[in-house]
Amino acid sequence: MMFNKNLKNILLVVFTTLILSACSTAKKSGNIDGDVYTGKETVKFLASGVPDRIFFATNKSSLTTAARETLRKQATYLRKNKSLNVTIEGHADERGTREYNLALGERRANAAKDYLMTYGISGKRISTISYGKEKPVNPASTPLAWSQNRRSVTVKVN
Amino acid sequence: MKKFIILLIFKVLFVKNAFALIEVDITRGNLDPLPIAVSPLHVDVKSENFEGIKVKELGENISLIVEKNFRATGLFNPLKKEAFVQKPDIAHLKPRFEDWRLIKAQALVTGKLLVKDGKLKVEFRLWDLAAAKEMTALAFTTTPSNWRRVAHIISDKIYERLTGEEGYFDTRIIYVAESGAKNQRVKKLAIMDQDGANTKYLTLGNELVLTPRFNPTSQMVTYMSYFRNMPRVYLLDIETGTQEVVGNFPGMTFAPRFSPDGKKIVMSFAKDGNSDIYTMDLDTRVVERITDHSSIDTSPSFSPDGKFIAFNSDRSGLQQIYVMRSDGSGVKRITFGNGIYGTPVWSPRGDLIAFTKMRKGRFYIGVMRTDGTGERLLTENYYQEAPSWSPNGRVLVFYRETKAGSKGEGFSAKLWSIDITGYNERKLNTETDASDPSWSSLLSK
Repeated sequence: MMFNKNLKNILLVVFTTLILSACSTAKKSGNIDGDVYTGKETVKFLASGVPDRIFFATNKSSLTTAARETLRKQATYLRKNKSLNVTIEGHADERGTREYNLALGERRANAAKDYLMTYGISGKRISTISYGKEKPVNPASTPLAWSQNRRSVTVKVN
Repeated sequence: MKKFIILLIFKVLFVKNAFALIEVDITRGNLDPLPIAVSPLHVDVKSENFEGIKVKELGENISLIVEKNFRATGLFNPLKKEAFVQKPDIAHLKPRFEDWRLIKAQALVTGKLLVKDGKLKVEFRLWDLAAAKEMTALAFTTTPSNWRRVAHIISDKIYERLTGEEGYFDTRIIYVAESGAKNQRVKKLAIMDQDGANTKYLTLGNELVLTPRFNPTSQMVTYMSYFRNMPRVYLLDIETGTQEVVGNFPGMTFAPRFSPDGKKIVMSFAKDGNSDIYTMDLDTRVVERITDHSSIDTSPSFSPDGKFIAFNSDRSGLQQIYVMRSDGSGVKRITFGNGIYGTPVWSPRGDLIAFTKMRKGRFYIGVMRTDGTGERLLTENYYQEAPSWSPNGRVLVFYRETKAGSKGEGFSAKLWSIDITGYNERKLNTETDASDPSWSSLLSK
């Protein structure tokens, strides 16, 4: 009886430790919220404090809170630099059919473009292009790599 | 009395044999491939040399290609030539049927050829060994440099005679040849014979090219190119090499396919982020909008009678397959199974739609009836998609990618084929990595 109780406690401790360690590894290696990438590893900057890219959930083109924040910074930067034009490149991860991914990349690039336009940036200054799954930034076949590849990237053209 | 009985038995046997014409049933999985002996074609001694061709070995080489074609169907078991019991020229005149039956052959192919005055004359015969009868015979003349096609045409004729279906050997496959690291892929259009011979590269790899598709009625190809960083659908004549952009669209056009009569291209056009399906008539250049929906509509494919178009759309939330009349009316969702469905491709026979299915992180190639019933998944893998039909609607070719390591190592893309029975899955030999295959119609039709 006594022994049993002890065993139970030990098991409980082991269990809790397992759960805790599972959480901490997910956070550390992941930088993923839901399945949207939240890390900085692949991000470049248009200017100091202005990230060039935003990330999307699987099969989605809706903008996350973090994506909107990044785009608002880009809009501010574009307002200050009135002669600057950009291309927004839309990308998908490799876990879909090629043609659907081309359409999805197009939708993501335009979601970013539309948001910039609501902050007063003329559509004439923004072109879009989709690369579908053709240009992964991270070539690994892991959920982390896929989350980094589901992106739209704002690129200066002049 | 005794004599009479023996005679009678002989008679009965003979009659029975006479009706025992061999047949290969291709509708079932083939667990019992037909043993067939392909004798080397006899090379006529009067044959002359022809530049670039080993005339003396031509008969042997043609027979080897025929054998390879047969083996690749999974329906035939070509027997080893060491066991052959008759010289090619004598067998071609009159096989000793009982001797061939001894090596367990059920069918025998014989033939002879002559290279003279710059021409290749070929004749071949197919023999039913059980019935001791000639089943089919054909003679034709062509230029000697066409000798591989000769082997494919012979294969087609024999396949047709034994299965009752049109063959698919005298055909080509156009595909995207891939090289380089996974995140710096170089892609070129490439074309090869269906057996992997005669690979030719049609673009240089300076721009990204995707999804080439044959015109079912000619040697034209439609594909997508990022030429000048403008992703558009192009038309390419593989004989002349001339290319032109299809239509004058202000944004990305993609996912092109020909109509069955070869006169139209159906494709997607992305405007303001939304992809809809359009057709363009190649003669009149008239563009028609076929779908008008805020979802992604892409991967369109005509039915062989031209009356319907299958496509995939995420209007229900996730990618599913829909069928509509070719004017865009009567849109009907046909996939309701667990998972995501894409890349519908209508069989040239009209009875089935091939598709890619994604479920729980796995990719499947399958077929279903055109109303979505009778789904059969043929093959499961880490990643595979983009099925294309053999012209007789019996085999699918598709591409498969492997899982990559943390730096992209271990990644490869290859072409595979599988019978619609779900049997006979095999990798196609390509010089480089390969994707997006499209199977041509029969060249000699």
